[in-house]
Amino acid sequence: MIKDITLGQYFPGNSPIHRLDPRSKLVLVFALLIIIFLCQNFFSLLLVSAFSLFCVLLSRIPLKTMLKGLKTIVFVILLTSILQIFYNHDGKLLWQWKSIQITTGGISMAIFITVRIICLIFISSLLTYTTSPTLLTDGIERLLKPLKKIHIEPHTLAMMMTIALRFIPTLIEEVDHIISAQKARGADLESGNLIKRAKALIPILIPLFVNSFRRAYDLAYAMECRCYRGGDGRTRMRVMKLSAVDYLAYVICALLLAGVIVLNIFFEAVI
Amino acid sequence: MNNEIMIQIQNASYAYDGDDEGVKSEPVLRNLSLDIYRGEFLAILGHNGSGKSTLTRLCNAMAQPDSGKVFVDGMDTANEALEYAIREKVGVVMQNPDNQIVATIVEEDVAFGPENLGVEPSEIRRRVDDALRRVGMYEYRGHEPHKLSGGQKQRVAIAGILAMQTECIILDEPTAMLDPQGRQEVLKTIHELNRDMGITVVLITHFMDEAVQADRVAVMDEGKILLLGTPREVFAHREVLFDSGLDIPQSAKLADRLAQFGICLPGSILTPEDFLASFCAYREGKK
Repeated sequence: MIKDITLGQYFPGNSPIHRLDPRSKLVLVFALLIIIFLCQNFFSLLLVSAFSLFCVLLSRIPLKTMLKGLKTIVFVILLTSILQIFYNHDGKLLWQWKSIQITTGGISMAIFITVRIICLIFISSLLTYTTSPTLLTDGIERLLKPLKKIHIEPHTLAMMMTIALRFIPTLIEEVDHIISAQKARGADLESGNLIKRAKALIPILIPLFVNSFRRAYDLAYAMECRCYRGGDGRTRMRVMKLSAVDYLAYVICALLLAGVIVLNIFFEAVI
Repeated sequence: MNNEIMIQIQNASYAYDGDDEGVKSEPVLRNLSLDIYRGEFLAILGHNGSGKSTLTRLCNAMAQPDSGKVFVDGMDTANEALEYAIREKVGVVMQNPDNQIVATIVEEDVAFGPENLGVEPSEIRRRVDDALRRVGMYEYRGHEPHKLSGGQKQRVAIAGILAMQTECIILDEPTAMLDPQGRQEVLKTIHELNRDMGITVVLITHFMDEAVQADRVAVMDEGKILLLGTPREVFAHREVLFDSGLDIPQSAKLADRLAQFGICLPGSILTPEDFLASFCAYREGKK
């Protein structure tokens, strides 16, 4: 039943966004998040949101999927907008009831922040939607290489991430088996109050832990058998090379940054 | 098969650390000697706890014998400097396919070994493609391991060893957790590797029918080699096999049962083919 989960919500494809080097994507997403925060008025925000939408269209990820991703943070968006509407008292007064005031400033701030959050979500989810977990960890490992100088091993971190990703489906399958096995022995997992149900989880967690330790032991043995000895002297099959698409993406983002700065200077800031 | 020795085990004894500090538990290997020849297909039979898996650990320098010596292609496993050179020669495939696949994509996992050895990227690519074709998993190179069947996972694990270009593969009950079809796939693959690439194969198993197809069979019990020889020689010692909790191949069993009913088939019978030939000969004789 839970076997068919997709990890990291990756949607395979061959769009220019998919083809970007994962390192470029990580760097550019980080840069874009900063650019989004740099916007100070509606004109620069409009430019940035148009760009975000352009990226989504370019990636050929259905807009529906992107909007679904927003579902989880609808509450955050609503809360921040409501707070803005009620606590921002700039501009013309539109409506008043006792001490509660709604002003044009409040409404425009609410819209501004909502659009900004949506842009942030779109850009950051594009990263996981268009990059496979393997490429992503690989990219992170290579990007963090300079950390080696301060004795943090990016290879170890990446290896842990890979193993975690690799074993999530295996462990889910195992939980399925354990639940069936315990049910067959008469375990009652579905009735009772919260505490009772939490207690019912113990006979599932203990076998899972015991088995995980055995798996870890086996895996370590298998890795040693295959001559694993950490990141030193290790090569990689995949060669990462920046292509024309990457350079183009860097140029476009630089232009976007320039555009945002110019619009910020020429128009009055609202935030 | 030639007479060049790939792995030489000389009077090896081994005991795991006991529960109390400094105290060893009951030895698992007792004064065991065994020569494994280059290019041969050796099956090792033995019930659980007979020391089969420990033998594997001695052969790829994961453990050193308490007494005695183990040489892999002339290299002493006690020499720590040679540890990785030895593991480059002797690959191990374990029982549970899930616990030996490291990466999230099939081809990445096959590349894991050569990557550890520091092989050039283009050469890794070539080895990975080659290894996946050898085990018939090339079409699955982009798949996620958890979506494969047990037999397919085990073949990926074998490809992972092949890509390291080892000269010897030890398979520790590789089919124990597989369904009959998966078993067939894996057995076919390892026989092909042995025949076509000349790779030395050591198959640890408790399926008699798998052992029958080997060049030589070694029977282990209580840390010692009980019997060693061609399948026909070994399976002729029925009492010894039964005493150590083992069995004889199904076809041989069937012939035995027939003999109890007075139908004595001629010749020694190990495989279904033997049985068929013998049975036909018997029928001819009756006419």
